[in-house]
Amino acid sequence: MQQTDIQEKRRTTPLEWVAANIGRILISVLVPVVTFLGLRAGFLFLRDSDAPQLIIAIVAIIWGVGGVAALYWVFNWVLELLPDEWKAQLQPFLFVGPAMAILTWYLALPTVRTFWLSLRSADSSQFVGFQNYIATFTQRIMLEAYRNNALWMIVGTSFTVSLGLLIAVLADRSNFENVAKAVIFLPMAISMVGAGVIWRFVYDVDPHIGLLNAIVTALGGEPQAWITLVQPWNNLLLTVIVIWLQTGYAMVLFSAAIKGVPDDLLEAARVDGATETQTFFRIIIPYIQGTIITVTTTVVIFTLKIFDVVMVTTGGQFGTEVIGVRFYREFFNNQNFGYGSAIAIVLLIAVIPVMIYNLIQFSKQEVF
Amino acid sequence: MSSKKRVVVFALLAALVLVMVACAPKATPTPEPVAEPEAEFMCPSDWEMLTPELEAACMGEYDGMVVTMTGPFTDEDEVKFNESVAEFEEWTGIDIQYTGTKEFETIITAAVQGGDAPDIADFPQPGLLLNFVKSGDVVDLTDVMNQDWLKKNYKQAWLDMAQMEGIQAGVWARYNGKSQVWYPQPAFDDAGYEVPETWDEMLALSDQIVADGDTPWCIGIESGAATGWPATDWMEEIMLRTTSLENYDNWSFPADPADRLPFTSPEVKNAAQVMSDLWLHEGYVYGGTAAIADTFFGDAPLPMFDDPPKCWLHKQGNFITSFFPEGTVAGEDYDFFYLPPIDEEYGKPYLIAGDIYAMFDDRPEVRAVMDFFSRGESLRTWLGSGGALSPHNDAELSWYGDDIERGIAGLVNDADSVRFDGSDLMPGAVGSGSFWKGMTDYFSGTVDLDTALSEIDAAWPSD
Amino acid sequence: MQSKKQQKLVGQLLVNGILLLICIAWTVPTLGLLVSSIRDREDIQSSGWWTIIPHRGWVQVSELPIPENASVDSEITIEGVTATYDEFRAGVDTGDGRQFVWIGNLRNGHIQVKDRQWTAGSNFTLENYGQVLVGKEYTIRNADGSTSTVQGDDLSASFLNSLTVTVPATVIPILIAAFAAYGFAWMKFPGRRILFIIVVALLVVPLQIALIPILRDYVKLNLNGTFLAIWLAHTGFGLPLATYLLYNYISTIPRDILESAFIDGASHFTIFTRLILPLSVPALASFAIFQFLWVWNDYLVALIFLGVTSGNVQVLTQRIAGMVGSRGADWHLLTAAAFISMVVPLVVFFSLQRYFVRGLMAGSVKG
Repeated sequence: MQQTDIQEKRRTTPLEWVAANIGRILISVLVPVVTFLGLRAGFLFLRDSDAPQLIIAIVAIIWGVGGVAALYWVFNWVLELLPDEWKAQLQPFLFVGPAMAILTWYLALPTVRTFWLSLRSADSSQFVGFQNYIATFTQRIMLEAYRNNALWMIVGTSFTVSLGLLIAVLADRSNFENVAKAVIFLPMAISMVGAGVIWRFVYDVDPHIGLLNAIVTALGGEPQAWITLVQPWNNLLLTVIVIWLQTGYAMVLFSAAIKGVPDDLLEAARVDGATETQTFFRIIIPYIQGTIITVTTTVVIFTLKIFDVVMVTTGGQFGTEVIGVRFYREFFNNQNFGYGSAIAIVLLIAVIPVMIYNLIQFSKQEVF
Repeated sequence: MSSKKRVVVFALLAALVLVMVACAPKATPTPEPVAEPEAEFMCPSDWEMLTPELEAACMGEYDGMVVTMTGPFTDEDEVKFNESVAEFEEWTGIDIQYTGTKEFETIITAAVQGGDAPDIADFPQPGLLLNFVKSGDVVDLTDVMNQDWLKKNYKQAWLDMAQMEGIQAGVWARYNGKSQVWYPQPAFDDAGYEVPETWDEMLALSDQIVADGDTPWCIGIESGAATGWPATDWMEEIMLRTTSLENYDNWSFPADPADRLPFTSPEVKNAAQVMSDLWLHEGYVYGGTAAIADTFFGDAPLPMFDDPPKCWLHKQGNFITSFFPEGTVAGEDYDFFYLPPIDEEYGKPYLIAGDIYAMFDDRPEVRAVMDFFSRGESLRTWLGSGGALSPHNDAELSWYGDDIERGIAGLVNDADSVRFDGSDLMPGAVGSGSFWKGMTDYFSGTVDLDTALSEIDAAWPSD
Repeated sequence: MQSKKQQKLVGQLLVNGILLLICIAWTVPTLGLLVSSIRDREDIQSSGWWTIIPHRGWVQVSELPIPENASVDSEITIEGVTATYDEFRAGVDTGDGRQFVWIGNLRNGHIQVKDRQWTAGSNFTLENYGQVLVGKEYTIRNADGSTSTVQGDDLSASFLNSLTVTVPATVIPILIAAFAAYGFAWMKFPGRRILFIIVVALLVVPLQIALIPILRDYVKLNLNGTFLAIWLAHTGFGLPLATYLLYNYISTIPRDILESAFIDGASHFTIFTRLILPLSVPALASFAIFQFLWVWNDYLVALIFLGVTSGNVQVLTQRIAGMVGSRGADWHLLTAAAFISMVVPLVVFFSLQRYFVRGLMAGSVKG
């Protein structure tokens, strides 16, 4: 800490200041641009090449991965040759710059463009102000989507996170950890289309095909059209699909975090006579708190964006409309770019509380 | 930095440069010297009224050029498409590269908006093409194609449907007949049932089957993201049979927005009522009304093939035969009859749907390919293999590989009127949006008929 | 002592028992997929996959003709058993261990006589996998009336394409994100907070909004159709999550470790490559698994940036999606294809799982 203070006091001349900032920007932009140009040259050759596919594949992989790694290395090497003060000023941008440059290109600029489109008419020809946003908050179908998204967020997130944590902890103590984790992880590896088929075999209205109805009829009940006519509970049944798919995600991250809990801490607690439950709540939970926040944040955002599962199973019909599907339909099927964009921006607004919470956590981090 | 590290860095860099150099010779595409001493007309000699570009293509002038295409054909359809252009590729040396995708709407929207449009795209829904015509991305074919030839080779109705926003937006490449009711022929004959000629006879037959202790109709409208479309087909069939063609046109594809017949009009509501009388009739539908919205449309006809059948009648386009159980044979295991008229005044209309090919890049070799698609020859092997009907006048009935499709083609040729699937003509927001959803909502009991119709209508773009 | 040991045993049983229950619940849907993938098309559409489990079921033993003059509305008597038509259709127990089921209708039906017996579906086939792996066969009728068979493509080319897309599209974002995560966690620079919050905000942006502008840029740069185009796209779309997850992990590395390294005179770059990367292996491995899966199962991004105008580069998901029927009813192929495409992600999972090890930071915490 003290070191940086001294540096800041010493940095007085405006010339130095200008030079340093130009350097920052240069390094942020130069790394990706040079990487990009080098890679691009190679790929234009590769695209038009007639070499056997296997060779192209191998060259492409070495080229891409090696190229990016080499670039970081080379730029750091150049940086190391600079005077120390410069180095201290510029180095953070070598680390953060490339990521930010790519994010800007691939997501931030398109988002700005989307915002601009959202203020314009369906074919983007006229400015319409907030008219699209007003429609977003008044249409019956959008209100249905908000309701469902809220449900997804609350039910989906709470089950995914708590089940993921429970399984990670149990697996850690069980005698078949690897098998158990593989079983829970398995659904993540299944493509969306595959998952759609799997759950058709569970929810189908025909008791000869749908497992759930087979059970219901075996118990003497009437078969139900679970994901179509059982409204609004069909939303919960769709949520089950996502919980099944995503618990593996939470479990993997929790599992990695639990492995990081130092053994000596656990030992110490046990020596002190703490029960397993006490150890869990007093030691493990506080220790992996950061991971819990991270996983919850990402799962909340994932459920806000929920799209594929609904698209593949009901297409948003039968009262299962969600924001993601609405956006997709307006934007691509109806080519109503204005309205579609407004819906996408609504997602950004919805995530603001999550952002603020993360910012508070972030500010607690002490840096060098 | 230690010298060891530097060595590593330089070794890496050197390796990269080496790879680049190694790839370079392979990369430069060496144009092979084409040694063709005399040009010869390679296409069928009976082709007439060729555009200059097709003429040149047949002389081999565009040999080695690539024309890219995108469309929704995948799997079997993709193979059949590729086979149908294989001979043309041989004659001309033009390489037609087709990419099929089930996410066609997304892909074509992104590709065109992103400036990476294919040369030609296949639109199964003219309503979707209309969006690109409006945005000015589609090449007007008026001066590209030989208009005299088109007039000779297509019925005027087809040419009219290709006119959008004052331009000729595409050429019609294939179509499907929709007004067929399929039935399990052997069991049907055994039971002594007779093919109905009128709507009332059809209802009487339905009642008869109910009285015999069975369910007459197999109906399923589930189709994932597109759930509801089979219901819109039924609506269109009934509209054609209960009101004038003018009303149908104003309902589906109004030339002037002021003439538009809204979904809330008595005509449309009446059609929906006629449909409800059949669909929601106690005991008419296999699995009950609840099963309609929940049965995959491709699985819907299967109970018809149980022995004995569990349901007896299934209205669907001719493509549905590819969903029938493996090994079932047309004319032996199943047959079809024409969905009978309701009101004599409106005759015997036929509902169809089809694919229109639009051109996005105006190059000579693309023009040549477009001209080829306006000829029956471009569908010849496809007709033989089944799964398509030809809108071209020069396609012969003898080219059809199966009697059912030949029969449908004949019926369409003789129909009092032929109309295109209305939902495909409507703007996407309605035709592949609120119309599907409204029908699904109504038949699954989420909303009542009036609400459904007014919600469908509300989605119609205002401009 | 004895009771403590017992307690431990009970606890162990409880842990294993609960976990086993959860695992079974989790497997049932997948089991349905697996079983369906080795049944043929008709079986899948007519009976549940669980019928392969031996169970007591009604098996037809003989057949009776339907009585004459029966009607839907009145009661019918068959071999002394009286019931309504609807009851017979649903199946009537005769009381002597048999069941009468009316099949068909009044005109063409018959009565099935069934006994309760042990039964199990046993009609299995590997044909589905064969069709997916080697390609379907299509019959085409030529112009001259002869027929020919066209063999669909096998999976090898698209499999290789998928690998070429997925491996760098997994490694590159991890590398870039790890640098950025370290920068956010341990380096001081202006704009640190605002840049981080941008990363979190971008988590929620649906990638579909980026497709059109990125494609435009690619067309201008003459980049579309190259592998680089799709790697960068996946990198861009995966970076927010990668940076966010890795930041979370890297920021929890005990401060003392870094401090002592700085005192020894190490630079940020050295600390990052020599200390942070090895310590972050579990986090890197877990993100690698996710990113690999997402890219491997991606369909849309590959289609747009590799597909439309250069039709020859097809990834596995496209190949499979194209294969499962023009209108998607081939459940038998869908199920087999789902399993085949699952193999590689599972291999990745198992090979990376061993990096989730305990005690990486052992001894680094002041006790």
